[in-house]
Amino acid sequence: MSPREMVGRIGFYTLVALATAFFALPMLWLVSTPFDAQPGLALAIPDPTLGNFSELLDNRYALGSLLNSILLAVGTALLVVAFAATAAYSLSRVRIPGRDVLLYLLLLLSSIVTGTAAMVPIFLLMFELGLIDSRVGVVLVLSGGLLPAAIFILKDFMDSVPKSYEESARVFGASSFQILKDVVVPVIRPGLSTISVWTIVNVWGNFLVPFILLRDADKQPAAVLMRTFYTEGGSPNLELISTFSLLFSVPVIVMYLFVNRKYGFRFYGGIKS
Amino acid sequence: MAQIDLVNLSKVYPGDVRAVDDLTLTIPDGEFFALLGPSGCGKTTLLRTIAGLEEATSGSVRIGDRDVTRLPPGKRELAMVFQDYALFPHMTVVDNISYPLKIKGLAKEDRLDRAVKAGDELSLDGLMERRPSELSGGQQQRVALARAIATHPQVFLFDEPLSNLDARLRLEARTFLKRLQRDLGVTTVFVTHDQAEALAMADRMAVMQSGRIRQVGTAREVFQHPVNTFVANFIGSTPMNLLDASVRGDALDVAGQRVDLPEDVRRHVTDGQEVVVGVRPEYLTVSSSAVDGGLQGVVAIVENLGTAALVTLEADDLSVAVTVPDGEEPPIGADAWVTPVPGRVLIYRREDGELVDAPVAAAVG
Repeated sequence: MSPREMVGRIGFYTLVALATAFFALPMLWLVSTPFDAQPGLALAIPDPTLGNFSELLDNRYALGSLLNSILLAVGTALLVVAFAATAAYSLSRVRIPGRDVLLYLLLLLSSIVTGTAAMVPIFLLMFELGLIDSRVGVVLVLSGGLLPAAIFILKDFMDSVPKSYEESARVFGASSFQILKDVVVPVIRPGLSTISVWTIVNVWGNFLVPFILLRDADKQPAAVLMRTFYTEGGSPNLELISTFSLLFSVPVIVMYLFVNRKYGFRFYGGIKS
Repeated sequence: MAQIDLVNLSKVYPGDVRAVDDLTLTIPDGEFFALLGPSGCGKTTLLRTIAGLEEATSGSVRIGDRDVTRLPPGKRELAMVFQDYALFPHMTVVDNISYPLKIKGLAKEDRLDRAVKAGDELSLDGLMERRPSELSGGQQQRVALARAIATHPQVFLFDEPLSNLDARLRLEARTFLKRLQRDLGVTTVFVTHDQAEALAMADRMAVMQSGRIRQVGTAREVFQHPVNTFVANFIGSTPMNLLDASVRGDALDVAGQRVDLPEDVRRHVTDGQEVVVGVRPEYLTVSSSAVDGGLQGVVAIVENLGTAALVTLEADDLSVAVTVPDGEEPPIGADAWVTPVPGRVLIYRREDGELVDAPVAAAVG
C-alpha cells in the first residue's frame, strides 16, 4: 500500500467515524441523559441518579399514557391483521376485473386517510359518529389508514401460497377454517408478524390522530403526553422528556427483537425451499 | 375399493367452454387407469371433477355404490396426489402424513401409528422429522404418496405424478408406482400428457381430445388399433405414418403408386373411396430391391434411435418413416421399397378420420 493510498484510507475511515458519531450522538443522549441529575441538551458524562425516574413516576399521566399507547397499538394491530389477512386472501384467490387498479388506488389513498389533509373531515366524521374522545375511534381511524398498505403487502404473501396446498387439504376433508388455520396462516406467518410490528410501530409514533381525537388527558397515549413536559416557566423539562423518551422507546425495541427472533421479518412472499 | 362410474358428465366453464363434454366412462375396481391427451383436452378438469374440486355442470360421478356428484371432496373417500405434491412446508414429514388423519379426527397415537406405517412402506423411515424442503424430488413424491395411502381411500387420483421428476428418476418412479398400485389394489386414475407414461403404467387408458374421449382401451389396443387418426397420431414415440390414398379396385393408389390393399379391410371400402392409410414405422419393412405391391421411395433421412434407426423415405410428396434394426440402414439417396407387416395396416375414412372397419368407434366416445 503506497503512502498516498494509506492517507486516503485514513481519511475515508475518519469521515465514516465522524458521520457515525453524528448519528450516534442522539442515541447516546437518549441512554445517558435520563440518568443525569443535571440534564442538558449537550452530551455530558452523567452525574448518576435515578431521581429522574421517580420524578416521572410522580407524574400521574406517565405510566397511564404508556398503557394507552399499548392499548391503541395492539388494538389497531389486531384489527389490521385480521382485516388485511382476510381481504388479501380474497383478493388473491378471486379474480375480479380491475383488481390491480383497486390495489394501487388503495395504496395511494392510504397516505391520505391518516394524513394531515384529511384531518378535518375525519374529525367531523368521528364527531357525527360520537367517537370523539374514544380509543375505539382512534383505533378505527388508524386502522383505516394502515389497512391498504397492509393488504397490499399481505396479498403478495397470499399469492405465494400455492392453490394446491388448499385443494390438497380440501380433498382430505378440511373445512375452510381448518385450511386457514392449519395451512394458510402458518405459511404466511412471516408476513403476519411483519404487518403486526409495522402497525404497532406506526401507531406508537403517531401523534396527530390521537392528539386531535382524544380530549381526556387520561386517555392520551405516550406520543401525545410527551408534548406536555414543560416547566412552569415554559422551557422544556429535560429530566422528564429524556426519561420518558427512553421508556417510550424500550417496548418497541424489545418487541422488534422478540418478533424477529421468533418469526423473522419479510416484506415479500414466497416459500423457502 | 370401488368402481368409478361417470355418466354423461359435463363441465362447462363460463363463456361456454366445454372442458368435459358429455362423457361416460366406467373404471372397474382395482384398475390403474390413465387419462391421456394433449394439454387443454380436459383430462385434468375431469380428474378434478372426480375429486370434487370442480363441480360437474351435468351428469353424475359414482364411486362404489354412492353417487358423489354433489358431495364435497372430503366426503368422497379418495386421496389425490398433486403435480407439485402440495406438501405443507411448515410441517415435518410425519406431520404431513398424519395431517389428513387429524382432520378425520383420529386419536394422536393412531395417527402417528398409521403415518409411521405408511412412511415405512415407502421407505421414508429416517426422514420422518425432516421438512419437505430438506427432501429430494423423489422423496417428496413418496411423502405425498404416503400421505395419500395413510388415509386408506377408496380411490387414488394422481395429477401428472411424474412430471416433477428428472428423466432417470421418472423411469424408476414409473415402475415403483405401478408396483405400489398393484400391491394396494386401489382403483387409481392418473392424468398424463405423455403417451409413453400411459402405455407403460396403465391397465387401461382413455385418450381425450376437446373434452371428449376418442378411445378407451388397453395399451395394446390403443397402440395397435387406434380407432381414429387423432389417437393414431398421438400414441407412439415415433408418429404413425398417415398417408392419403384412394381405393382403386382391390389396390390402393398412394402417391401415384399401386400398393396392395390388405385383404382384411377390402370389404369395408368401396372403389374410389378417399382414405388415409395408417401404419406404424415399427410395422413396416424396408427392402433395397423392388417388391411387388410395395411403396417405392428414396431414402432421405436416417435418425439413430439407439437400438434401431428411423429411416424417412420420400415418395412423390409423401414421406414415410420406417424403423430398421441397428446396422441395416439403407444409404441416403438409395431407392427403397416398403411393405407393411400383414395385419398391421389401418384404413381410416378421409372425411372423419375414423377407422373404416370400426363401428365400435361410435359406441366408445
